[in-house]
Amino acid sequence: MRLLLIIPTVFILVTTVFVLMRATGDPITAALGGRLTPDQLAERIHEAGYDRPLVVQYWEYLTGIFRGDFGTTLSDNRPVTEILTQYGAATLELTVYAVVVALVVGIPLGMLAASFRDRWPDAVLRVLAILAYATPVFFAGLLLKLVFSVGLGWFPVAGRVSTSGEIEMAKADAGSGFMLVDAIATGDPEVVGDVLRHAALPAIALGLLTAGVFLRLVRTNMIGTLGTEYVDAARSRGVRESRLVRAHAWRPALIPIITVVGMQVAMLLVGAVLTETTFEWRGLGFQLSEYLQARDFVAVQGIVVLMAVVVAVTNFLVDVIAALVDPRVRY
Amino acid sequence: MAQLDSGLGPVGTAGAAPVHARGRGGWLRRLPVVHQLRQSVGLQRGPLVAGLVLTGLFVLVAVLAPVLAPYDHSQLRTPEGAFGAQQPPSAEHWLGTTVGGYDVLSRVIWGAQTALYVVVVAILASIVIGVVLGLVSGYFGGWLDRVLVVVADAIYAFPSLLLAILAAIVISGGQASMWGGIMATALSITVVFVPQYFRVVRSEVVRVKGEAFVDAARVLGSGHVRIMTRHVLRNSVRTLPLIVTLNASEAILTLAGLGFLGFGIEPTAAAEWGYDLQRSIADVTSGIWWTALFPGLAIVVVALGMTLVGESLNDLADPRLRTRTASADVAGDVAQTSVQASVETSVEAELKAAGPTAGPAGPEQKEDRA
Repeated sequence: MRLLLIIPTVFILVTTVFVLMRATGDPITAALGGRLTPDQLAERIHEAGYDRPLVVQYWEYLTGIFRGDFGTTLSDNRPVTEILTQYGAATLELTVYAVVVALVVGIPLGMLAASFRDRWPDAVLRVLAILAYATPVFFAGLLLKLVFSVGLGWFPVAGRVSTSGEIEMAKADAGSGFMLVDAIATGDPEVVGDVLRHAALPAIALGLLTAGVFLRLVRTNMIGTLGTEYVDAARSRGVRESRLVRAHAWRPALIPIITVVGMQVAMLLVGAVLTETTFEWRGLGFQLSEYLQARDFVAVQGIVVLMAVVVAVTNFLVDVIAALVDPRVRY
Repeated sequence: MAQLDSGLGPVGTAGAAPVHARGRGGWLRRLPVVHQLRQSVGLQRGPLVAGLVLTGLFVLVAVLAPVLAPYDHSQLRTPEGAFGAQQPPSAEHWLGTTVGGYDVLSRVIWGAQTALYVVVVAILASIVIGVVLGLVSGYFGGWLDRVLVVVADAIYAFPSLLLAILAAIVISGGQASMWGGIMATALSITVVFVPQYFRVVRSEVVRVKGEAFVDAARVLGSGHVRIMTRHVLRNSVRTLPLIVTLNASEAILTLAGLGFLGFGIEPTAAAEWGYDLQRSIADVTSGIWWTALFPGLAIVVVALGMTLVGESLNDLADPRLRTRTASADVAGDVAQTSVQASVETSVEAELKAAGPTAGPAGPEQKEDRA
């Protein structure tokens, strides 16, 4: 059932983006309007085929995507697919770091909050969680930069690796796009450290945003499971509260986390766009904001469609995984 | 109790009529919040009060911006001379000046006004569109309903900021004057919110539609429009205040995100916190902290206030999260205002509300009021 729903969802996403982007006109006028004469504009539009009926363009766009062709950017004339493969790895790397930070921070604190329900540790943690939600990730990033890069000088201000590290990577012929993998490939611990120091602040900024969500989720679910009969049964046998939390309640409380991690992908990607812009982390998000500034809407469309499809597919996969993990969920 | 003014009598709804269902937008009045303030206890009251204070402060600053702000939002000079760029905080400029030579304090204060306009327009538009679509879709059903549901689900899964970016491109081509920019940004945020309102209203409408009093109205010969507006609508919108408070903070954050990506309102047209933050990225690298800190803090304070209110209302409406109180009268109160206390389920909700109290409670129950 869910298997079939993914197809119309992706289809609707692609269509929505197409309709929105073409509703106001063609991308060439948007990018170059005012800089070229009307005649030149018309010629460029004709060359790119934007003067044909929308239905024809739509059909071409759809079949293009099926062949893996997302169009060519206007500002630097590159295939969008190339941008996606070149910068996708950086965004994925940042997202993985952030999820690690979020899990490491969020889950233990959520359990702590649940076991101190309605007492001061709980209250403090919940305010912190709400604060994490209310702080825009780019402001958190700027603050971290101010304190730890500029103030204390512990971490680099921006980028993914320093120039010397980049040269070493090029020497080792490591070009996977994943900086950490490439750094390990050079075999030089200094390069690995350099990469990790570059990643620390962006990962913390984006991770804390997500950690707040995890904290609250774990707390709520934990409170739910702590109130169930089997925990009461254990409690009546004299099991200590701390052991109840650790041994009895936490496993069922974690099942919803899987679902929510999936739903957070949308938030993580949006957060990644903003984090990358803050830290000049050369990933898809950084490129997206560059192309937005350049008003290159073909590139924007390609990146946005990719992100939307990634989110839809992840949500779908998460449903499948949740069904496998939790025997009560079946489709 | 039964105050449905349809003249039909409380068929099957005895004891469940919403207390504040009188008049259009009865829930918009302060009453629900006051109700929940009374109902909250101990540690749950603090956040609600704090949130209300912060939100109130925000609205006050926004409304009084022309009085409070020392300079105009796009003012670069006084008769004595130009402000100068990136000046540190001083007597003339309490919070310093930006890279563009604007007064930071004035931009922060005027930014509150922009934010308030955007939030209000975005939420009003979302409610109107979402409620109308949800009502029509849920009431008539059929293929239109099915199509709308699938589309709403697909859009709901779309990363919100990206959707807002697309909408901003469509609506304004990215940049515009003050009111143009405010409308464009607000409507971009609306596109993100409409599916939420649509889903909530639609599912309520589908449920209420099957109620006996709706059938009764139909038997009496009421038209579709009258049934929809008088009987169904009023019983379907009680969850909205909750979504509104939660969405308000999301609107603030989306506005800031759009501005940060350079898709907001032009700096000369109005002050916008997200845009100012984007301009301060380079400042931060060279150790200039005042251009980033203050607009950022403004966003945090406003979003925090609204989230606290929304979260508290949410917790109070959800019996599983509400701080447990021993007194039964509070539980009764809750069932009426609770989101889940709907026309035919109020008994259930009452049971639910009583559940945690009646059941074997945790050891810390006695300390709740501490």
